Amino acid sequence: MTDMIRTAGLVKRYGKVVALDGLDLVVPKGTVLGLLGPNGAGKTTAVRILTTLLVPDEGTAEVAGLDVRAEPGMVRERIGLSGQTAAVDEHLTGYENLDMVGRLYHLGREKSRARARELLDQFDLEEAGNRPAKTYSGGMRRRLDLAAALVAEPDVLFLDEPTTGLDPRSRALMWETIQELVRGGATVLLTTQYMEEADRLADDIVVIDRGRMIAHGTSDELKTQLGGERVEVDLASSADIPAAMSILGGLSVGEVQVDEQTRRLTAAVTGGADVLRQVLQRLADKGISVVDVGLRRPTLDDVFLTLTGHAAEEVAEHPEDKGKESEPGASKTREKEAVR
Amino acid sequence: MTSAALAFSDGAVIAKRNLIKIKRVPEILIWTLMSPIMFVLLFGYVFGGTIDIPGASYREYLIAGIFAQTVIFGSTFTGAGLAEDMTKGIIDRFRSLPMSRSAVLVGRTASDIVYNTASILVMSVTGFLIGWRIRTSLLEALGGFLLLLLFSYAFSWIMAYVGLRVTSVEVVNNASFMFIFPLTFVANTFVRSGDLPGPLKVFAEWNPVSAVSQAAREAFGNTGSSLPEVWSLQHPVAYTLIWVAIILAVFVPLSVRQYTKKS
Repeated sequence: MTDMIRTAGLVKRYGKVVALDGLDLVVPKGTVLGLLGPNGAGKTTAVRILTTLLVPDEGTAEVAGLDVRAEPGMVRERIGLSGQTAAVDEHLTGYENLDMVGRLYHLGREKSRARARELLDQFDLEEAGNRPAKTYSGGMRRRLDLAAALVAEPDVLFLDEPTTGLDPRSRALMWETIQELVRGGATVLLTTQYMEEADRLADDIVVIDRGRMIAHGTSDELKTQLGGERVEVDLASSADIPAAMSILGGLSVGEVQVDEQTRRLTAAVTGGADVLRQVLQRLADKGISVVDVGLRRPTLDDVFLTLTGHAAEEVAEHPEDKGKESEPGASKTREKEAVR
Repeated sequence: MTSAALAFSDGAVIAKRNLIKIKRVPEILIWTLMSPIMFVLLFGYVFGGTIDIPGASYREYLIAGIFAQTVIFGSTFTGAGLAEDMTKGIIDRFRSLPMSRSAVLVGRTASDIVYNTASILVMSVTGFLIGWRIRTSLLEALGGFLLLLLFSYAFSWIMAYVGLRVTSVEVVNNASFMFIFPLTFVANTFVRSGDLPGPLKVFAEWNPVSAVSQAAREAFGNTGSSLPEVWSLQHPVAYTLIWVAIILAVFVPLSVRQYTKKS
């Protein structure tokens, strides 16, 4: 299989800030790579380098077999970019935007127009096509933006946080659209802060933090790396938190996480439903009343939380150690970021 | 396609995009055309009676100067438009497309010719209403208009560079105000350069704004009877063209380089 994106040791500094610190990525043809990380992790920097908007300080980057530094013009003919770094002209109608992009890809007048109509149809923007883009909703703008990236039927598509800032309904719609593209065999590099998004759309996930890869694998692999399930217990009273913590602590493989506000305790366990039964039994023995209890597979949120709650270097070197010495305080701040 | 042809055809696509904006938000054009009208009326009536130009009426003398000043101010449109574009995501879209690296600039400066043509038209009508007349032939007058547009086109490349260097539209407007006001006032736009004191006189005589005003004035036949004593104003067309060439030779590559490296 051919690799459509290949980077080795990419480094980019802004003054003293290191945005990318030796990033290696490989995206085989026809697959989707999810680049997952918090704000400032270096996701957008990586996309900007690969789309020729930015020159790296060190390392190499190839897109469709072309060196982005040596042949930026050739690279631009093969790629499409959409997301937070790309945009549409708000004074132009949807149709005019797509037609303009087609002309700038040098498709010619006829082809540009035909393609604009085709894409408006495909992205459910037919009726809005003759209105200026500034009258569009956030979701419609993003769809138009994505359509613009597809005008020249690019070999490689870059989606930089395609659903950031969208309401849940528009996000679901956007996911469907992207999934359709993916089924059509597109090669995609997708950046996101949303675990669910990477989980749903990506074949392969690279978790980055502070410009470095801290984990890599399929979403299942990442989940397996972390071991078993999570037991979640919502207590009726905060007074019971210490007692419940010690019960869970005895059965957990890692530290128990506590959310004081929702009185929710989360613990990683390995024994499945048996452990859940034991937890309930012991809680009942102590007379601790429970509002809700559940057993769930670890989500990418858990993966991310555990990975970035650590010093990144340590995790990268000893992935099997993770989850053991995570600081609840640090994890909580991360959690807030991840939720936002 | 050669890179020049590509710059031209891609530039045309961008120019069309800029013109669509004028169509969608016509208020911008209407209000920017108000100031030339205001200038013609203000100077025509406030100074009209106090400044004496031998052999011509001051209102006729004045018009070419106002034309020159207005089209130069019109070039701030280029700077402001580019500064605005640079703050928006659309510029990343353009950069990621296989289009000419100079197309955004070529398109912007080209669409502003349309704007300047409109403002000259509006000023001509206003001037005509207050007594300005072309005393030569229509063909000669057209030559004058063309020279004004050419000079303003070159000037818009300076403003393009300014627009790319600064961080916001407000800075473009304020910076250009500080720069363009003295440039267009210390010239023979509103008074004869010969009437100015010492150093200002020398500056005014060699100021290209004086040359382009003088050239337009000659093309319209509004010069009056007194003849200028310096080479720059005796050969205003040649002197203007030299400046146009210098400005373009310096600021086209400078602006394109600035556009390419800014990210």
